[in-house]
Amino acid sequence: MAEAGRRRGPTGKPRYSILALARNALSYHENWQAAWRSPEPKPSYDAIVVGGGGHGLATAYYLASVHGIRNVAVLEKGWIGGGNTGRNTTIIRSNYLWDESAAIYEHALKLWEGLSQELNFNLMFSQRGVITLAHSEHELKEMRRRVEAIRLNGIDTEVLSTADVKKLVPIINTDQGIRHPVMGGFIQRRGGTARHDAVAWGYARAADDLGVDIIQNCEVTGFLKDGNGAIEGVETSRGTIRSKRIGCVAAGHSAVLADLAGFKLPIQARPLQALVSEPIKPVIDTVVMSNAVHMYISQSDKGELVLGAGTDSYNSYAQRGSLNIIEHQLAAACELYPIVSRLRVLRTWGGIVDTCPDASPIVSRTPVDGLYFNCGWGTGGFKATPGSGHVFADLMARDRPNPVAAPFTLERFKGGYLIDEHGAAGVAH
Amino acid sequence: MANQSNRLAAGGRVDRRRPLVFRFDGRRLQGYAGDTLASALLANDVHLVGRSFKYHRPRGILGLGSEEPNALIQLGRGNRTEPNLRATQIELFDGLDAHSQNRWPCLRFDVGAVNSAFHRLFPAGFYYKTFMWPASLWSTYEEVIRHAAGLGRAPEGPDPDRYERMHAHCDVLIAGGGPAGLAAALAAGRSGARVILADEQAEFGGSLLGDDDVTIGGTPAVDWVAEVVAELESMPEVTLLRRATVNGYYDHNYLTIAERVTDHLGVGLPTVPRQRLWKVRAGRVVLATGAIERPLVFRDNDRPGVMLSTAVRGYAVRYGVLAGRRPLIVTGNDDGYRTAFALADRQARVAGIVDLRTDPIGPLVAEAKNRGIEVLAGHSVTATHGGRRIEAAEIAPMTADGSGLAGSTRTLECDVIAMAGGFNPTVHLFSQSRGKLRWDGERAAFLPGTSHEAEVSVGGCAGTSSVTQAIKDGIKAGLDQVRALGHTARQPAAPAVEEHGQGETRPLWLLPSTQPVGRKGKHFVDFQNDVTAADLMLATREGYRSIEHVKRYTTTGMGTDQGKTSNVNALAIVGQSLGVDVPAVGTTTFRAPYTPTTIGAYGGRDVGHLFAPTRTTAMDPWHRANGAKFEHVGDWMRAWYYPKAGETFRQAVDREVTVARNGVALLDASTLGKIDIRGGDAAEFLNRVYTNAWAKLGTGRCRYGFMLKEDGMVMDDGVTTRLADDHFHMTTTTGGAARVMNWLEEYLQTEWPEMDVRLTSVTEQWAVASICGPKCRELLGRLCSDIDLGNDAFPFMAMRDGTVAEIPARVFRISFTGELSFEINVPTRYGLALWEALMTAGADLGITPYGTEAMHVLRAEKGFIIVGQDTDGSVTPLDLGMDWIVSKSKPDFIGKRGLARPDLHKPDRKQLVGLLTEDPTFVLPEGGHVVETVKPKPPMAMLGHVTSSYYSPSAGRSIAMALVKGGHARKGQTLYVPLEGRTIPVTVAGTVFFDPEGSRRDG
Repeated sequence: MAEAGRRRGPTGKPRYSILALARNALSYHENWQAAWRSPEPKPSYDAIVVGGGGHGLATAYYLASVHGIRNVAVLEKGWIGGGNTGRNTTIIRSNYLWDESAAIYEHALKLWEGLSQELNFNLMFSQRGVITLAHSEHELKEMRRRVEAIRLNGIDTEVLSTADVKKLVPIINTDQGIRHPVMGGFIQRRGGTARHDAVAWGYARAADDLGVDIIQNCEVTGFLKDGNGAIEGVETSRGTIRSKRIGCVAAGHSAVLADLAGFKLPIQARPLQALVSEPIKPVIDTVVMSNAVHMYISQSDKGELVLGAGTDSYNSYAQRGSLNIIEHQLAAACELYPIVSRLRVLRTWGGIVDTCPDASPIVSRTPVDGLYFNCGWGTGGFKATPGSGHVFADLMARDRPNPVAAPFTLERFKGGYLIDEHGAAGVAH
Repeated sequence: MANQSNRLAAGGRVDRRRPLVFRFDGRRLQGYAGDTLASALLANDVHLVGRSFKYHRPRGILGLGSEEPNALIQLGRGNRTEPNLRATQIELFDGLDAHSQNRWPCLRFDVGAVNSAFHRLFPAGFYYKTFMWPASLWSTYEEVIRHAAGLGRAPEGPDPDRYERMHAHCDVLIAGGGPAGLAAALAAGRSGARVILADEQAEFGGSLLGDDDVTIGGTPAVDWVAEVVAELESMPEVTLLRRATVNGYYDHNYLTIAERVTDHLGVGLPTVPRQRLWKVRAGRVVLATGAIERPLVFRDNDRPGVMLSTAVRGYAVRYGVLAGRRPLIVTGNDDGYRTAFALADRQARVAGIVDLRTDPIGPLVAEAKNRGIEVLAGHSVTATHGGRRIEAAEIAPMTADGSGLAGSTRTLECDVIAMAGGFNPTVHLFSQSRGKLRWDGERAAFLPGTSHEAEVSVGGCAGTSSVTQAIKDGIKAGLDQVRALGHTARQPAAPAVEEHGQGETRPLWLLPSTQPVGRKGKHFVDFQNDVTAADLMLATREGYRSIEHVKRYTTTGMGTDQGKTSNVNALAIVGQSLGVDVPAVGTTTFRAPYTPTTIGAYGGRDVGHLFAPTRTTAMDPWHRANGAKFEHVGDWMRAWYYPKAGETFRQAVDREVTVARNGVALLDASTLGKIDIRGGDAAEFLNRVYTNAWAKLGTGRCRYGFMLKEDGMVMDDGVTTRLADDHFHMTTTTGGAARVMNWLEEYLQTEWPEMDVRLTSVTEQWAVASICGPKCRELLGRLCSDIDLGNDAFPFMAMRDGTVAEIPARVFRISFTGELSFEINVPTRYGLALWEALMTAGADLGITPYGTEAMHVLRAEKGFIIVGQDTDGSVTPLDLGMDWIVSKSKPDFIGKRGLARPDLHKPDRKQLVGLLTEDPTFVLPEGGHVVETVKPKPPMAMLGHVTSSYYSPSAGRSIAMALVKGGHARKGQTLYVPLEGRTIPVTVAGTVFFDPEGSRRDG
């Protein structure tokens, strides 16, 4: 993306490289600078981003790098990257069914390509391919529809036979006699994974370099409005901070913030769990997703199998889920990948996903002038991080809908122009 | 075979009469029944058992149980191999075959150790700073990294063993069978309450098994253990689970226990599963999970032979194994002295006791002096020597505050270092239950604070270091829990315990050395992930100040030991580095499972044919016997088509369709969802859930309806029939049956609880044979004499009760094909009999069974939609051209408000139309997309997609339906379906391809 701009830090932070590592090794790594400062909040900013996850930090970075708005604060109630950025299964792809979704996720994927270099932080973006399986005649037909749509949107996609799948994923069970046999699939080879924490840190370091203040342990407790009802600032656990341009990027807690701002969001917050196995030598080189058997799997560079499935079926703000989801997902893992049965679960955890009725995000102005919301990414937000930040920064900077983000307004729930990724796309991870 | 050079002549709980032979990296060794792999290796003087994750440094056995970070083993071979098992938890069996991990070509000469030479290039997080140039090479770098990482190897094939899950309820669940847990179980069990006591070890007793300096009631502690266990075993309401780790604590006292049933035998048994996952709902929970000793962080504290003090003592006392002849004790408390004495009593020459405390006092210190053991008070270990085994330590006196050295170093030769850094209460389960931890400065430990569940922590996990107190607290906890549940219980007498008192602990998180941290040598905090104190300091220096950031940046505590020995040390060092107290640093979240747990155990028996139900209809045996091909529809197996010998798919389907239009054909429609709806408000209920009007539907009459989601989109459809004023029979799509049932229940229970309506799923109570075609009335007439089948007496969209083939039946005159059709519902157990009677009675009429494919063609010829195929959750009734089904006069129905939104009425919405190809023999692929303008290559703007497409024998050409933007206004237009390699021009048409007048419905 030419328009993404290049990082030119006024603070002149030294760049990371193998040479820098070697140089610092000579001084026992005692002279590395902080990746980002920990400044006290200033009384006012040109723009405030509420929420220091990947999306919020990316927003701040692009406000500074693309739009030249550098007097920016990111307010994070805990530690940056501590929400869904650090809790997801790191899958990145853009092979969505609907044109609007394909556009925004492809916008993101193009930014992912080259992001490590742009941010000078190795995000370990690994284009190892994402396979989606089909297990029935019906799924084969759905797959055909999706593949055709992806292809005509100019996004890479390849149909796979059962034999192709087996070749790419030797540990998969392709016995046609099982309950949900693998009948084929499709792959997006440009899809893959990235190191989730690094995304938050890389954006934070790059944004900080451009002058953005990243303020952790700073919880927003209220919004300030002027006489006309336009936004004027926020009340926080660290005092009042003023700005006439505020973007909220708070995922699972968006509805809470909207409540503080005086309007409602059509969002449900639900737990989504994931887990990793103990690390083992490489057994699976791609990401594989399945709707009928309902689980997805990849292997981290450290060797852990990373597994996910669907959300718990109740609303909650607790970052934990129920055991039955884990049991079902692991039975599914044993069914499709029989060798994993003797491996062991190392860690399970949960995040809170914010899901709209149509399972598509909100990147929008709000009823409050100067206040913008970016939320509702549901179970699929990680992959969108660069794109989401990029278009949201554009919206905040220009106060007019970015063309890629335009369909994802809050107004669509009134007008009815929904982008329903629930229906045909199934699992939207 | 090596003799057991480190095995003591007597003592310990191993059975010297039962020698066992095992292999480690191919070497044949001997141990005894009762050994763990770790104790057997140490008995054979094998200390080097693995290589570390990052630097490939030689590593030995650190601990005694599940806390072990280093000694990770690949056990067994082929399909039964298991990676990353802790040698300290593997019970020895004859023929055990173990391999070390993370080394190549072998453990003693590991090429990966070259990493160690370049260690200065690999500080924490180095990979975030490099491998970025050139970008195209990352996938190559990654490949190398991936193969260097990982620990053990996965099995080579499917798991041959079986697992199961067990549900249990109990009054009191006690996690941990040490002194506190046993006492609690005894007190609770004597009340007659249902008690489950689970312990992760093979024997109950906990820490008492590894101590010989404690007596209870005047006899060795293990005798008291045996007495208590015997009494518990005699209690019918008490369940004792050995080798069973309470590993998860979920909401409302729901806990999981991973029981390893046969792993210790080395072979599976046909009658029991390999492992069992208990899922327990407990009235109250007693956590008696003990405490884990902390290692000390000093320079090069990772050499093989550097062990936890309680582990060194435990191997000697419990297993009769002397880990070294020349042990050096490094301690911050009195507990290290107990180890020194236990070893000295077993012919070890203690090299000295390095006591971090400046001025240790007390009976143990005095005894050390009496025994002639040198006590080096206020000293630090400043360096260690040795390659594959510790050989010596350098020590030096410290300044009073412990931050630096106050004298010159001195070298002590030793072959084992026992580290006693104090104890971390095992608060994992407490924390999982959402209990709040509190920092206890005096004990230098996190202790259970405020509980969230009905639970209490006792013994070591509550910070108690005395057995006396543990037993007392255990008894009280056991009594309190059962009394709280209403049981009467009498207090058992607490036995008299003789034990050493515990003096003060000096927590010294980072032992000073002659070199600044990070300069020379490594101060390991997390052994498994090779995280050093310098790494933690680097992280804080670089701005990773939250403990969660430190954890994720350095990977401390993220190994398979989940930081059991490292977390508190890491927190404290981070605190020091940031200049704040430990509680200000906080803790990372403890997550289930407590120890890594087999994936198969979670899956239980829900694999293979039990993974998901396969639902079949009553007529299924006939379909199978008559060569039907099947397709999966939801959970069901449905007959897809019935090929005759030599017929292709198309030929069979064409034949079935043709008979249905011209003769009589028979479909198994049993899988349709069926819901019985009763109650005074049943009609009003239907009025609210369907878009059309239901109040005036007469008894015995049927009506087709759409259900919408709140957003106005079609969710399901079906025919519902009024059986009586307050009684309806609803049908749903096959795939949507469960969803619709849940949906209706949710509305009844949460939105309209005042309504008098009851729902019962009766899908499986009725078998349905649907007959269709001009001759079907004649066929039915042959089998049914008590219903007048004439058009006037039994009109379209009506239902009659009667008898068909002598079976009581509900007969519905509805049609999904456009032909005269009857759907005969009979109780499921008569389904096959009905089917066979129809086939027999219709033989001379040429009756032909047809499958779902022909059904699809027949309905598509008539333009009837299938929800889920022609709709996808984004389609309104208006988009389908079915405005007529949406009532304009009803005050409300689900989806009415959503449907009223302006964007849902825009003319450019995707609307259902027919498509006709120029070439009447070409059948469009379903899922193909429709465009107005073809471009040489993508991207190109899409108008919509083909939802249904078949060859229609009745129309004599291919037919298709599609959702197309503004489709209703495009009739007659030419559009294109670009496929890979060719583009198909199509003409937009209506969706009814056959019998548009509907003249065939009445036969």
